[in-house]
Amino acid sequence: MTRRSDPDRFNVTKDALVPGVFFALLVRWCVAAYPYSGYKKPPMYGDYEAQRHWQEITVHTPIVQWYYNTTQNDLQYWGLDYPPLTAYHSFLMGLVAEWWDPESVRLFASRGYESDSHKLFMRWTVFLSDVYFFVTGVLCLCIDLERVRFREAKTVFKRTDLSTVLMLLYPGIILIDHGHFQYNCVSLGLFLWATFFIVAIENDVLATIIFCLALNYKQMELYHALPFFVYLLRKCFIGMPPKGKFIYFIGNFNKLAVAVLSTFIIVWYPFGGSVHNIVQVLHRLFPLKRGVFEDKVSNVWCFVNVFIKLKSYYTNETMAQMCLSMTAVASLPSCADMFFRINKKKFILCLINVSLAFFLFSFQVHEKTILLVAIPVALQLPDDPFMCFWFLLVSSFSMLPLLIKDGLIIPFVGTNLIYICFFTICMHLARVNAGIFSFMNASMVARIVQEKKESSVLLKLLSTAFFFSLLGMFWLTIGSVFVKPPPQYPDLFPLLVSMYSCCHFVLFFIYFNYQQLSIPFYLPMPKVKLN
Amino acid sequence: MIAQIALIVTTIKVFFIPLYYSTDFEVHRNWLAVTHNLTIDQWYYDNTSEWTLDYPPLFAWLEYGLSHIAKFFDPKMLYLTNLNYNSDMTVLFQRLSVIALDIVYILAARSCSNLISNGKLLVYMLLVTNVGLLMVDHIHFQYNGLLYGFLLFSISNMIKSNYIQSALWFAVLLNLKHINLYIAPVYIVYLLRAYCFTVSSEDGCHTPWYSFSITNLIKLAISVVAVFGLSFGPFLDHLPQIISRLFPFKRGLSHAYWAPNFWALYNFADKILQIALTKAGIFIPKSEATMTGGLVKEYDHAVLPSVTPIVTFALTFLSMVPALIKLWNLCADGRYRGLSFIRCMIICASCSFIFGWHVHEKAILMIIIPLSFMSVLGVVDGRMYLMMSTIGHYSLFPLLYPKNLMSIKLFLLLTHCAIGFSTVPFLYIPPKLKYSKRKRFLRLPLISHAETLYLYGLLGLFIFENVLHAAWGLNKTLPFLPLMLTSVYCAMGVVYYWISYYHYFLTFNLSGVPTVGVVNLNRYVKKVN
Repeated sequence: MTRRSDPDRFNVTKDALVPGVFFALLVRWCVAAYPYSGYKKPPMYGDYEAQRHWQEITVHTPIVQWYYNTTQNDLQYWGLDYPPLTAYHSFLMGLVAEWWDPESVRLFASRGYESDSHKLFMRWTVFLSDVYFFVTGVLCLCIDLERVRFREAKTVFKRTDLSTVLMLLYPGIILIDHGHFQYNCVSLGLFLWATFFIVAIENDVLATIIFCLALNYKQMELYHALPFFVYLLRKCFIGMPPKGKFIYFIGNFNKLAVAVLSTFIIVWYPFGGSVHNIVQVLHRLFPLKRGVFEDKVSNVWCFVNVFIKLKSYYTNETMAQMCLSMTAVASLPSCADMFFRINKKKFILCLINVSLAFFLFSFQVHEKTILLVAIPVALQLPDDPFMCFWFLLVSSFSMLPLLIKDGLIIPFVGTNLIYICFFTICMHLARVNAGIFSFMNASMVARIVQEKKESSVLLKLLSTAFFFSLLGMFWLTIGSVFVKPPPQYPDLFPLLVSMYSCCHFVLFFIYFNYQQLSIPFYLPMPKVKLN
Repeated sequence: MIAQIALIVTTIKVFFIPLYYSTDFEVHRNWLAVTHNLTIDQWYYDNTSEWTLDYPPLFAWLEYGLSHIAKFFDPKMLYLTNLNYNSDMTVLFQRLSVIALDIVYILAARSCSNLISNGKLLVYMLLVTNVGLLMVDHIHFQYNGLLYGFLLFSISNMIKSNYIQSALWFAVLLNLKHINLYIAPVYIVYLLRAYCFTVSSEDGCHTPWYSFSITNLIKLAISVVAVFGLSFGPFLDHLPQIISRLFPFKRGLSHAYWAPNFWALYNFADKILQIALTKAGIFIPKSEATMTGGLVKEYDHAVLPSVTPIVTFALTFLSMVPALIKLWNLCADGRYRGLSFIRCMIICASCSFIFGWHVHEKAILMIIIPLSFMSVLGVVDGRMYLMMSTIGHYSLFPLLYPKNLMSIKLFLLLTHCAIGFSTVPFLYIPPKLKYSKRKRFLRLPLISHAETLYLYGLLGLFIFENVLHAAWGLNKTLPFLPLMLTSVYCAMGVVYYWISYYHYFLTFNLSGVPTVGVVNLNRYVKKVN
């Protein structure tokens, strides 16, 4: 077989790749120059202090005590509440910090430690983690995008360079990781790698292992667990021989089960001294005590709470049960569809739907959790640019109150502007007459993605809706920044923002479910070796 | 895409608002106060602050205009005695004024890029995303964007053969910042040959004296004199004072941080000789001031003869003369003289940068910005641009010394270089060769092995400065080593490329003109007379 006829051979457009990636990294550093959460706000500070504190704890206390309340480890003060991999990561950084600047991780004495050089050190740790996990993951997935599959159109949004840069410029993750200060890039990067192994390589065992690692970095990755589980389970049935069906299935399933179990055992081994230890860790990871939501979140419960005070009617336990059942109901259609009418193209949509269902209905949701929905949506963007772009804008808007609190209003506006500009540049490369406001024009976006005409009335309607949605976001942003709310409603604007984005998310939830259900059944073929 | 790129760059500028700014911030604040509160006959006499007004009158007028907007932001910044005042509103106003005035630069970049047929967008992008301007104007704080905007307008008008307009723009520029006097000879030679002699000869050597048009010369003179009159007119009584402010010779040969020019190499050689001779047992009288000590001082060389301003001016002028003569000859041909004009301007700017007295490192932008325009118009220019923009912008790094700016300046430069290196070479490498020739690992396109290695050396230098220097504990014993290494390393590159570009210009002959990208330029040539 010659190289030319090799079906796996494909070209990668590299024109704007290197400058674009450097630019995306530059934007990260521009945001990083701004204050982090809890900047000079004693006594509790913010997420930055939490991360620093974890370094302090992991470096100075024995490993079994990390999740326990001891004299050295006060769990009331930013106790560790993420799974072991986060703790190991903190430990590693803590070691570096101790070598670089021992004062910053001194037990007890370092609480509230803030200095410019330490900020720089912490920013670098996020940056390097981002480059190592997230940027590489995005790059791999985007290279895969350009492989033209059967009967699929090659569009500008599937060019490797443009799609990579567009995804790296997504404001939400930049603002939260490099501005607000968190390490979402690690878990999301691992998640991207797992997705890459499922979508592109079709190596299910590796995908499982990497996803387990992501899960062990942040328990929030459970939002993505269902689609992975359903998809991999269904794949165990594919290609059954007529005889020995059961053994075939067990064989396939065992491979994955062993992968999961061994990953978990290796990660949890240092805590595995007794069952009690593990229960304690789990207790830390899933704190039932902390109410159904904190601050103002754009999910259904927060929305309902405006009209019916949930906390006065239900205890935390009944609330948790309600959340669980609602989440299960909401994610059922998408999962069932995935199981019975499997199609590889549905995988990403299923991820969107299930994580959105979790975001809207589950217990103890943070506003930052929207990132778990946004990243799959960003993966879906090349196929459905208009709606996904709209969703991504709304998702970063929904975090506005948090960002204002952190003093990140300039980066918020700036990164969103850059993102919009880059999107229109992509459109311009496909159609020369696309101007700077063309991203609001649904029919133009549709024409770039596919040649066949859709009903133009619907697209016009969508464009108008997008325009008014943007207008609403614009005025709400202006209001949140400049208008002083009336004294009896101090939380007026955060509440308005979260309700406004919640309405969007519910509608998007319906839309993406419809999208998934409308994709036909198509069995992913097991890889046939060509000689 | 023009609007999008401008918007993206502007957003990046807005990001820089709360970052570090240098003493130039206070300089400009003080000028706002001076021009706002005093009558014009006192502007150049006031010395309440140590940062006295030392720009030409038009710039003072500009500050006067700005001060009337400034009072809506924070009237306190206009108090003369309010030294080092930096309220949030003051910072916001000053930064926004730079960003707003940059519109001139963006428009000028657009008008320049419109002259080019192949690589129009590229030139626009290279000009607008110029890292030096981003660093110097929007972090360090200055108004260079506006000034280079005027220069670009002048260039674009010159290429379109609108000589009077071009001269007007340049006269305005001169009255905004007098450092541009260094490139004035190019304008004089070019306007004389191309505008005052109405006939262009094909052979290039012969000057048709009979076609000298005295009316054109008078038109030119009137327009230039009018601008100077407007600018200096109100200050006629105080001219000596202004001159003494504009040309202070009390400063040293090199700036606190040596600009990467010939004198950096000279100073370095002096230091080396001093150390070597001391080691060899020969007594050297110890010099008083360390050159890199931060404050501006006069400095006597220990071994090599000390340099006086006269010497530097003589050297600068002498080094310009061959290029100017060549320009005179090249101007004879009507088709390509626009390009020769810009090339000569680059060379003269380099001459002044390399041999000038008390050169600031920022002056390298005067080389890089015209070069960005030339980068798509010839393979040698393209290569020169790639090298000079990398070296030159790198040499600006010490301006932004705070540690938290390290990564920002690094990625600014990397982005800009990546744009250059991933686009400019492919205008010259035929597409067939792109695939047939196996590209070696990490080899940069269009430039040779040694040049690639030199550029990677910059990366090594960067790592040394920011990590190893502190890690090895050298910051206690040799605190100024990184600065010195940067300027010497960059100086070698600058001097080398200046020589090679000079050689290219002097041996340039019209029969071998590359035709890439000049197609569109011919359109304007027909307008000549």
